Amino acid sequence: MDIYLPVAGLSVNALVIIALGGVVGLLTGMIGVGGGFLTTPILIFYGIPPAVAVASATTQITGTSVSGVLAHRRRKGVDYRMGGVIILGGLIGASAGGFLFRLLQQIGQIDTAIAILYVVLLGSIGILMAKESGTELQIFRKKATAKPPRRHNPLIAMLPLRWRFYQSGLYISPLAPLLLGIIGGMLTVLLGVGGGFIMVPAMIYMLGMSAQVVVGTSLLQILFVTAATTLIHATTTKSVDIVLAGLLLLGSVIGAQFGARFAQKVKPELLRMFLAIIILAVAARMAIGLGWRPEEIYTVQAL
Amino acid sequence: MRALRGALLLLLAPLALGAAEPKLVPDVSQSRIDIQYSFTGAELLLFGAIVYPGGKPPREGAEIVVVVKGPVQPLVLREKQKVAGIWMNVESARFRSAPAFYAVASSRPLAEMVDERTAAIYELGLQNLQLSPGTGAAPDVQRRFEAGLIDLMQRHQLYFEDPKGVRISEGVLYRARVNIPARVPVGNYTAETFLIRDGRVLAGAVREIQIEKLGFERFVATAADRWSLTYGLVAVLLSLFLGWSASAFFRKG
Repeated sequence: MDIYLPVAGLSVNALVIIALGGVVGLLTGMIGVGGGFLTTPILIFYGIPPAVAVASATTQITGTSVSGVLAHRRRKGVDYRMGGVIILGGLIGASAGGFLFRLLQQIGQIDTAIAILYVVLLGSIGILMAKESGTELQIFRKKATAKPPRRHNPLIAMLPLRWRFYQSGLYISPLAPLLLGIIGGMLTVLLGVGGGFIMVPAMIYMLGMSAQVVVGTSLLQILFVTAATTLIHATTTKSVDIVLAGLLLLGSVIGAQFGARFAQKVKPELLRMFLAIIILAVAARMAIGLGWRPEEIYTVQAL
Repeated sequence: MRALRGALLLLLAPLALGAAEPKLVPDVSQSRIDIQYSFTGAELLLFGAIVYPGGKPPREGAEIVVVVKGPVQPLVLREKQKVAGIWMNVESARFRSAPAFYAVASSRPLAEMVDERTAAIYELGLQNLQLSPGTGAAPDVQRRFEAGLIDLMQRHQLYFEDPKGVRISEGVLYRARVNIPARVPVGNYTAETFLIRDGRVLAGAVREIQIEKLGFERFVATAADRWSLTYGLVAVLLSLFLGWSASAFFRKG
């Protein structure tokens, strides 16, 4: 079933795109990551122009994070004060990222920049996750000399202007989450990812937020920042394809619901191991793409 | 209907007695191509008649070349090179007027029909496209980029040459098929037909073809371009609505 994408300017098989959305949604529901890191590369492999893939994947993430935010809100798992600070940072980061995106587009390095960022980020996070879940599954042995983890990072404790974040159980400077938000926002614009796979570990290990509010607050941030990013892409790069985003959403919102049910029946460490393998596979595919002689040496950019 | 008109003109051909040179009566199957929801490309049929003085084709008939050309556009062509183990864009060249689409079909290979000079004048064949390179690069670099562009466009089926694509029957009726792929940009296209004998272009005619997005596709593309903020807001609202309704639906179920 071919459908013409009006902004991307080509026809795709609608069922393939819906299925892709479904698989990504299943992951979202199971593990709680937005899945943008999977959607964007696969769309690019499928032949969608990178800018359109990034922009439309962002739109899709907004939709999949809604149900997550609602679910966490019902069980009071969202720290709105912390979320607000991170979102503010995210908006600053997204605007700066939009500027950087266009700059890279103009000098013709956007594809390479996207690919390198993916390889570095996914590679390092995949390895960390595989290690952590492998240790819990007792595939690897725990290091006996591991120091007890410190809850508060001394660097962050040094920052001035402390605020109380009651739900997170923190008394820290808002500058730290603001900075974290800025980084997350830039990644969202550049890579078409929600950034949950970076924000969640950072919130736990760097800020020391209490675990009950981490996922809900991260989803709230993703919801707002991806919505803002869609607007930034729509007005600057003009590469949001609403038909493509709609097809992806159709698959992913349904997949997410099934994923959430499935998640309750499986060990969480097993799920994280599974996610780590997928992340590493995507990173490896991207790395191969960078190092291998590409099929097309030349690329055309209209002026 | 149009085929009928062509045939009719053929019957009227004897009236053109006295003209020394043969004439061309060309037509195209579609003067507009609409891009709509499941557009996977179109096939354009170029056909017509060669009208000879006296009404009878001579033993050594003329040959036909048809050229379908898309809107010209300025573009940058980037070339990847391996830098520190990574393939990335390094060099680039500008072309001021590369056609977005170029198809040439002929009844015999072009090289057998016309000499290089004539081919260059009428832009017949991929080697004779006027790409107007915009950078003051060395000639060999420029040639490399031109070859790269033509090769790339050929593999995307946006440029092609078919040396046997025109069929001439009875020496008077000709027809050629040109495939328009799904990725073509919208705009004004031209279909040129040339009548060639003894290395000379005897007659030529141009028909215009419009390729346009239509209906919903046109609406979306225009909205994305002109009302980009509203378009973005609608995209966000759509995704919020779909996400919310799925979660509401499944919670009940």
